[in-house]
Amino acid sequence: MLPTEFADLEPFADWCLGSEADRYAKRLGSTMVAMQAFYDAITPRAEEAIAYCDKFPLDDLPEDVLNLMHLIYSMIIVSFPVECWKQPRVPDSGATSLDCVVEPVP
Amino acid sequence: MARFPKPPEGSWTEHYPELGTAPVSYEDSISPEIYELERQAIFKRAWLNVGRTEQLPRKGSYFTKEMKAANTSIIVVRTTAGAIKAFHNVCRHRGNKLVWNDMPAEETKGVCRQFTCKYHAWRYDLDGNLTFVQQQDEFFDLDKDRYGLVEVNCEVWEGFIFVNFAKEPAQSLRDFLGPMVTGLEGYPFDKMTSRWVYRSEVNANWKLYLDAFQEFYHAPVLHANQSPTAYSKAAAQAGFEAPHYRLDGPHRLVSTSGVRAWEMADEMRKPIEDICQSGLFGPWDKPDLGPMPEGLNPAKCEPWGLDSFQLFPNFTILVWGQGWYLTYHYWPTSHNTHIFEGTLYFPQPRTPRERIAQELAAQSFKEYGLQDANTLEATQSMVESRVLDEFVLCDQEVLIRHLHKETAAWIARYRASADQRTVGV
Repeated sequence: MLPTEFADLEPFADWCLGSEADRYAKRLGSTMVAMQAFYDAITPRAEEAIAYCDKFPLDDLPEDVLNLMHLIYSMIIVSFPVECWKQPRVPDSGATSLDCVVEPVP
Repeated sequence: MARFPKPPEGSWTEHYPELGTAPVSYEDSISPEIYELERQAIFKRAWLNVGRTEQLPRKGSYFTKEMKAANTSIIVVRTTAGAIKAFHNVCRHRGNKLVWNDMPAEETKGVCRQFTCKYHAWRYDLDGNLTFVQQQDEFFDLDKDRYGLVEVNCEVWEGFIFVNFAKEPAQSLRDFLGPMVTGLEGYPFDKMTSRWVYRSEVNANWKLYLDAFQEFYHAPVLHANQSPTAYSKAAAQAGFEAPHYRLDGPHRLVSTSGVRAWEMADEMRKPIEDICQSGLFGPWDKPDLGPMPEGLNPAKCEPWGLDSFQLFPNFTILVWGQGWYLTYHYWPTSHNTHIFEGTLYFPQPRTPRERIAQELAAQSFKEYGLQDANTLEATQSMVESRVLDEFVLCDQEVLIRHLHKETAAWIARYRASADQRTVGV
């Protein structure tokens, strides 16, 4: 799924999801233990990963690089539970949703 | 001790003496009768933003918009001549909804050369003219020229498409917007093509969500756990003060000062902000957008946070100092429900790194927005209990006072003119 330089992140390839809706749903369906493990694995590699993606034009990313971009978007989406909420959902948001219906591609 | 000077009257609220300082009622947010009046007095009379011209990139591009508060659905289209027009979404034959896919109540968009009714294939060109009637000879003296689509007043300002359901709007769009809002002219709205749209069905009156986003007094409290402890402690201690508020006709403005997150001590930032060089306020690396219009950053703050322009009745344009903007729409669906739309606009990212910085800003918006929305259903239900009938507002909540007063003023004007018409008959 990912460029070979990032083979260590393959165990988290199920986070390579192309839409915010899918990433957010996966966050709500994940345990804090699983998200912490993903966060701990990817954040030390994040600068390298961003620099790697940056070698390619944004409108013409090879598939494995696009997967890496999606993995970085997932890092962002799990950072909120890990760094702030200590739970998958925004606290007190039981009755609330805010659905992302349009987003840039990639 | 105030960080920012207040007007000579001593407060922003007293600077606009017509607002008063007394507690206010939110009866207008819980009463079905007042909501029905708002539909007639406001949503069928004011200019309403329905989108931007970039959503209609070429001839025949169209989108539909469900306008429940005005009891209609509309088609907004770019015509063959390149103009933007709006029509009620109804076939002149038997009243079928003209443009819809699968679910009649859901919005749709696309590109076409003409509109064809699903029912009996009556066809209309992009200017709304009826061009084809199936078995026309079977009708009785049918003059196609008399059966074009029913047009809705539609004007464009700075790429923002507005409609007005009055037969004859009391003001042109530009007159309605007034000098404070038109002070935004020249901002490169058309360059901001990296776009996110968020949507929510909210179990609260539309004005209560507007209220939530037109004061930042709540920010250090409601959003405290969104930042590292060092930052949230400092923020709570400082409280919130806006350097500038302004009212202009039915519209409102609040401006805020900004922060340079990257100059603060490390413990004031979250690790993800350092990784992405971004945050709620936007990417740290500010794009060069050229000179900003005079109407922005009225208090000349450096750093400047944002200016939030609230256009009556239900549209907000919020321009961030970090080189992007967002809009809010609040579409009422009943006295205690509405659809909220938040749309984020960034410049087209040139590299993956720039795109990733935008992703964190967009995700931060959602996390904050969810916190802001949390309180709404809880507030709606308890205001509806009518245990309390009036509520105090501080000087940092001055804009809330204005919205509810303005709503009442539009209803009063509508009632006065309706009474006049009745007397005339």
